[in-house]
Amino acid sequence: MKKRLFKFHRRSFTYPYLVVGLFFVVVPLLLILFYAFTNRQEQFSLSNLWEITSSKLTYKILADSILLAILTSLICLLIAYPLALLLSNAKFNRSKTIVLIFVIPMWVNFLLRTYALRELLSLFGVGIGYKAVLIGMVYDFFPFMLLPLYTTISSLDKSHMEAGCDLGASPIQNFFRVILPLSVPGIVSGVIMTFMPALSTFAINDLLGDARLYLFGNWINDYYSELWNFAGALAFVMLVFVALLMLGMGRLNRTENKASAL
Amino acid sequence: MNKKKVSKIFAKAFIYLVIVLLYLPIMVMVVYSFTNSNTMTWNGFSFALYQRVFVDPGISSAIRNTLVIALVSSTLATVIGTLTAYGIGYMRRPFKKAVGAMGQITIVNSDVVTAVAFMLFFITIRSIGIPINDGYATLIIAHTVITIPYVVLSVSPKIRRLNPNLYEAGLDLGAGPLNTVFRVILPQLVSGMVSGFALAFTLSLDDFVITQFNKGTSVNTISTLIYASASKGLEPAFRALSTIIFVTILLALVAFNAIKYRRDKIKSKKH
Repeated sequence: MKKRLFKFHRRSFTYPYLVVGLFFVVVPLLLILFYAFTNRQEQFSLSNLWEITSSKLTYKILADSILLAILTSLICLLIAYPLALLLSNAKFNRSKTIVLIFVIPMWVNFLLRTYALRELLSLFGVGIGYKAVLIGMVYDFFPFMLLPLYTTISSLDKSHMEAGCDLGASPIQNFFRVILPLSVPGIVSGVIMTFMPALSTFAINDLLGDARLYLFGNWINDYYSELWNFAGALAFVMLVFVALLMLGMGRLNRTENKASAL
Repeated sequence: MNKKKVSKIFAKAFIYLVIVLLYLPIMVMVVYSFTNSNTMTWNGFSFALYQRVFVDPGISSAIRNTLVIALVSSTLATVIGTLTAYGIGYMRRPFKKAVGAMGQITIVNSDVVTAVAFMLFFITIRSIGIPINDGYATLIIAHTVITIPYVVLSVSPKIRRLNPNLYEAGLDLGAGPLNTVFRVILPQLVSGMVSGFALAFTLSLDDFVITQFNKGTSVNTISTLIYASASKGLEPAFRALSTIIFVTILLALVAFNAIKYRRDKIKSKKH
């Protein structure tokens, strides 16, 4: 019998994505490394990374960006958490489609929403500047916090909460010792989904910020078209932050899972 | 009034307050799309901005580019993503993990990093002699790659509910593997594919950063055109354009939910 060179198996259906992913996900990321660690002559060089890490300005830009991203996720969390809690309560959300109402604004182009917000803020006497940028980020990224929280909280096992009540916990104790720990996975993915775009955005700052605020995203946007190696080095720095955040959040999730399993 | 009632009123007020805050900027935009003025000042009722949407060559070409790129990339993403979602369960462990990791990196990575990565990639393959112009080709590749994982996520739940023996049944009854997948398996995944396509389509429509870094000089999408015009004071016709998009999507959602509601009702009557 002739041996067939290629035997079709169900896993063969993933080969297209394996090829696509290898070429267009893995190789581009490796190219960031390549450009970050070379110079224009394609020789190994740390000059770009040195220029970034040795400058005091870098740390100011990073600190501003990180602080703004932390504030954004925190404010989103403080608004979205109680909202998700209420929405997962059948008393306030009989049809379950009300969640859709919070998602629909995402279908308006985010630059336009941001621009409309600028006009609205100026009506209320808030000019462009730090405050406007923060409001804009909260406004733009809020649904990314709400959705994972809602999904997690509404799929919690109600019997856990009832057990808490039956065993004599007050509603407040019940919240802090049962609901909150169980919703940590939702908080983690909500924070990742809002922190990450807030850390790297530049368009919101361009539309709502003044010249005093310069974010890491603006830096990349200013250099990507001319200084490829420098842009690669900046993207590499950002990539390190992404990786650190993922590792940190992944660990938090794991320990919480362990704790709740005990 | 008792305590329970008061807290319920507070809760409802809170929900409505968030809704109002979310919609206020959009409503302002909708209202000011019906007046002919560059800034958001009322200048009398007018459809002039709506006319401008269809007359202005820059805007119409941006709409066309956005739709073509979104349609082509989300179709490709739906095909590749659905096949991946189906096959991934039958992969050997290391490969399965590799595919999962590629998907996760794509979803979690910051869009600026992805945008720079694609830009460097296209520069590099051009420098080794593969001709690819910035514009449709680069944007369709980029949008397809970033949306595939979302299609996989939408289709996977449907696959978990499939009867795992269907494939063997198809083979036993004499259909080839491709025939079995296309005529037995895929028809059962249609709803997941539709929501995956819709998700991919919206992500492509809304993308700004990756498009901005890889579009070249001649092609603009709605997002990049808005960004370019915003620095000089936004082109007012965009208010009309996004009102059109917003209302279209709203109507589509209402229709979709109405159909679903009726179907559920019919189903519950049957039981």
